[in-house]
Amino acid sequence: MRHLTKDELVLFYYREKGGVDRRQAEEHLQSCDLCRRELADLAQSLEAIESLPIPERDEKYGGEVWTRIRPRLAEGFGRRWSFVPPLRSWALAGSVAVLLVVAFWGGRLWQQRQTPTAAAIPAPARERILMVAIGDHLERAQMLLVEVMNQEAEGPVGVSQKKQLAQDLVQSNRLYRQTALRDGEPGVANVLDELERVLLYISHSPNEISADELASLQHQIESQGILFKVRVVELQVQDKQKRAGSHMPGTPL
Amino acid sequence: MLTTRAIFRLAFRMTGNEHDAEDMVQETFLRAYRALHKFESRADFGTWLYRVAINCSLDHLRRARRREEQPYSEGLPPKEESESLSSIPSGGLTPERLLLSVELKKKLDGAMAELSDRERAAFVMRHIDGCSIEEIGKAVGLRGTAAKNTVFRAVQKLREALQPMVNS
Repeated sequence: MRHLTKDELVLFYYREKGGVDRRQAEEHLQSCDLCRRELADLAQSLEAIESLPIPERDEKYGGEVWTRIRPRLAEGFGRRWSFVPPLRSWALAGSVAVLLVVAFWGGRLWQQRQTPTAAAIPAPARERILMVAIGDHLERAQMLLVEVMNQEAEGPVGVSQKKQLAQDLVQSNRLYRQTALRDGEPGVANVLDELERVLLYISHSPNEISADELASLQHQIESQGILFKVRVVELQVQDKQKRAGSHMPGTPL
Repeated sequence: MLTTRAIFRLAFRMTGNEHDAEDMVQETFLRAYRALHKFESRADFGTWLYRVAINCSLDHLRRARRREEQPYSEGLPPKEESESLSSIPSGGLTPERLLLSVELKKKLDGAMAELSDRERAAFVMRHIDGCSIEEIGKAVGLRGTAAKNTVFRAVQKLREALQPMVNS
């Protein structure tokens, strides 16, 4: 076989398809000092680049970046597409959601015997409570997702705490998803649906999962951009919350 | 896995300095947010976000080049050496290795600056992130052979620049 060209050596080094026949090239390299030296020089130069250290960022970095860009994201809400329906639309979603939220707000979601009726709470207050509760739900979901994404494992990983949190979140998530769907907000419903699959996966997991199962879960979250989308929805909910806070009675939201 | 930290690493490789890399990470997320409605749910979000980051870095490099070409920037002082030093973490390095790293980084920064924007993106994608030629082509807007040649040119240029130092 002839000598390998510089380009062929690059393809060989990167194991790139469509280059020289790998077996033939290996045979040639075994017998040709010149090509072997060339390949070693190439490898040495390229590996030197890899050896250069990169400043590290810790696991909180994702959240820090998000905090920094939040004000700039909020600027665009009026002009760009909206992920979250108008406040009034959510408020009309039905008393079931409101009852749940009010109970949730009291910290006694399913145990509470005497739940206040929706009628006892004025409509604007109901709307605000609902927004606060959705915001709280999304914030807790984010915390869980961040923890899962930052988890590194080579062996089995204990997930009992995450499982507990996921079980708590599944119930409320289902309700918010159904509400969004009923209100004709498929964007929000889709995000909550994707989130719910992750929550269900975690809540049905054993207390310990393997490193492969963790990697698969992380891949699911990443490949669908679930954390990113949840952050966007939460931010928009907060924006609406703020606007609801400054809302004057008698003016449209 | 494409975490924010991975985007930072990509940005650092592309820009060569921490400050610009930070800006690029933020810009990537801002753009992703603005373009989220264009993201098809069937596609892989990580791949999509990676492309957004590559496009951000290409734009960043173009802007940086334009600034350099402007006569107004001629009077500006060159970047302090301390900036390039500060971007190299010292933990676990002996003085000799730190010195070598600093020298190597200076050489690499110089060599990377000589690459075209596409060559730089293609090299980082191939060498650091292990993307295939096909993926590189799609991300930087080149067909297969052109993408392959872009990687070749980048590798040869970097090799020529670094080889004397690496071999010594």
